[in-house]
Amino acid sequence: MKKYKKPSLFLLVICMFILPFLLNSYWLDVLTLVLFYVVLTQGLNIVVGYTGLLDLGYAAFFAVGAYTTAILMTTFHWSFWLTLPVAFLFAAIAGVIIGTPTLRLRSDYLAIVTLGFGEIVKILATNLEITGSASGIYGIPRPAIGSYIMASQKDFYFLILIVAIISIIAVYRLGHSRIGRAWVYIREDEDAAEAMGINRIKLKLLSYATGAVIGSFAGSIFAVKMSAIAPLSFSFLQSVMILLAVVLGGLGSIPGVVIGAALVIILPELLRGVEDWRYLIFGVSLVIMMIFRPQGIWPTKNNTEDVDDIETEDPNQSISISK
Amino acid sequence: MSLLTVNQLKLQFGGLIAVNDLSFTVEKNSISSIIGPNGAGKTSVFNMITGFYRPTSGAIELDGISLVNRKPSQITTLGMARTFQNLRLFPNLTVLDNVKSGMHCRTKQTVWGALLRTKSQREEERLIEEVALECIDFVGIRKYTKRAAKNLPYGAQRYLEIARALATRPKLLLLDEPAAGLNYEEKQYLIQLIRRIRDEYNITVLMIEHDMGLIKQISEQITVIDYGCKIAEGSPEEVLNNEKVIEAYLGKEDVI
Ligand SMILES: Nc1ncnc2c1ncn2[C@@H]1O[C@H](COP(=O)(O)OP(=O)(O)O)[C@@H](O)[C@H]1O
Ligand SMILES: [Mg+2]
Repeated sequence: MKKYKKPSLFLLVICMFILPFLLNSYWLDVLTLVLFYVVLTQGLNIVVGYTGLLDLGYAAFFAVGAYTTAILMTTFHWSFWLTLPVAFLFAAIAGVIIGTPTLRLRSDYLAIVTLGFGEIVKILATNLEITGSASGIYGIPRPAIGSYIMASQKDFYFLILIVAIISIIAVYRLGHSRIGRAWVYIREDEDAAEAMGINRIKLKLLSYATGAVIGSFAGSIFAVKMSAIAPLSFSFLQSVMILLAVVLGGLGSIPGVVIGAALVIILPELLRGVEDWRYLIFGVSLVIMMIFRPQGIWPTKNNTEDVDDIETEDPNQSISISK
Repeated sequence: MSLLTVNQLKLQFGGLIAVNDLSFTVEKNSISSIIGPNGAGKTSVFNMITGFYRPTSGAIELDGISLVNRKPSQITTLGMARTFQNLRLFPNLTVLDNVKSGMHCRTKQTVWGALLRTKSQREEERLIEEVALECIDFVGIRKYTKRAAKNLPYGAQRYLEIARALATRPKLLLLDEPAAGLNYEEKQYLIQLIRRIRDEYNITVLMIEHDMGLIKQISEQITVIDYGCKIAEGSPEEVLNNEKVIEAYLGKEDVI
């Protein structure tokens, strides 16, 4: 299995680069949306999957990225690329702001606070003048690379594809570092993690901030791709759909949440034929899925040996003294 | 020279005084014990020393540094490691990943190091793995390295918790009833293990234990508490023949 991992991943990436030349513009748009979701789910995966903190307001960070880029490009005429670090900074701050009051809370209260935070951001966007109130911001300029102006559907597909690859690599690398492991220790047993010298407050805030930065990355690109943004895109439903993709795919699993992202976007599209019924069918299939495979489609294995291996030796065998 | 000094420690839960005016010291390089009947306040003492409970009053010093009002993670970084009375492993993670947690406070790579896979990051990762494997070897659970902690036999889970604590490279190791639930052979192995921790790693050990046989075999210094108060201290012979101690134990469940 492991031997084929690298070549097959490489092949997949090549396919993703060729795909836009084979798809019609409708499916290219769907696939672009899938990639936005891949970025968003990777970011949320850090918070929910790795660190085990429930977040029902993740779309807020998507909004922070989108609005930061939109405002800087329209009102202040910044270059798209320069808006990115500012968007990251604002998102990280927003992550710490939402993180701080949640530090002492356990899951159910956490859900309510994060949900509230998501709504606050949306309501702010709907009411502030600088965010264009309910109608949002339009006429966001196209980004340029040198003298080339990115304008076509394919351009944005490639842009978000690259960002998706970057975020997957980033989340993978974080997951295999002392930081990522510390997040997982907190998820597994907070007190034990603290006893092992892990400052849970610092690491939880870092988790929120890192997840937020990735979410804002997707938001910034969303702004220039759509060239118009409105509060509606950052609703509670959006947060729920992102979370759904993460849970459906498998909490903490990188390939899992990529599949989850694809399913959450593509399934409703495939069901377009049945019109009014599609969200009902979609919902029912999710429920069935969670009943029969609660750990997600592609759960993490944490590098553990399969339990069957245990049967191959005497499970009661204890460590002998003679050693 | 004493490594740990506990002075007039008091802990109150509402009306209940769990620990009262407790003072004792732990000598560098010793194996010491706290014993006492169930509910005497032993675990509470550990929880105060490691920063999980805030003492109502009193002082705790490790190597001359005050530990009161510090976070558990900070105290661990200062050189104290502990195990829990009821195992607190990371159940779904491998033995290796469990033990790697101990090295967190001894390493310093940031998010940037991880993202860029810098040379120092890769070297640190190698060091973390090396230390973790060494600790796993030391407690003798090498063959379980890749198994999820929850799938280990009970005894091995106890040793794993010790390995994880050792990976923090502590000066002082606190063991809360390490022999609980172990069979006779496993207890003998544990005794050797604790001795080796002190002799080979020069780590001072302070343990809470119920098993008097075990205490007699390895403990050099014993502090006995009952209802949160110290009722005796000294060498095993001194303490186990002390009338107050015999009374405290005879009055309760498991007799010596
Ligand atoms: N978090 C807590 N809240 C309230 N009471 C506690 C708490 N922890 C311990 N106690 C009480 O303190 C006393 C001592 O408990 P403990 O330290 O666990 O005893 P031991 O470890 O010696 O068996 C007990 O009466 C226990 O009920
Ligand atoms: Mg206890």
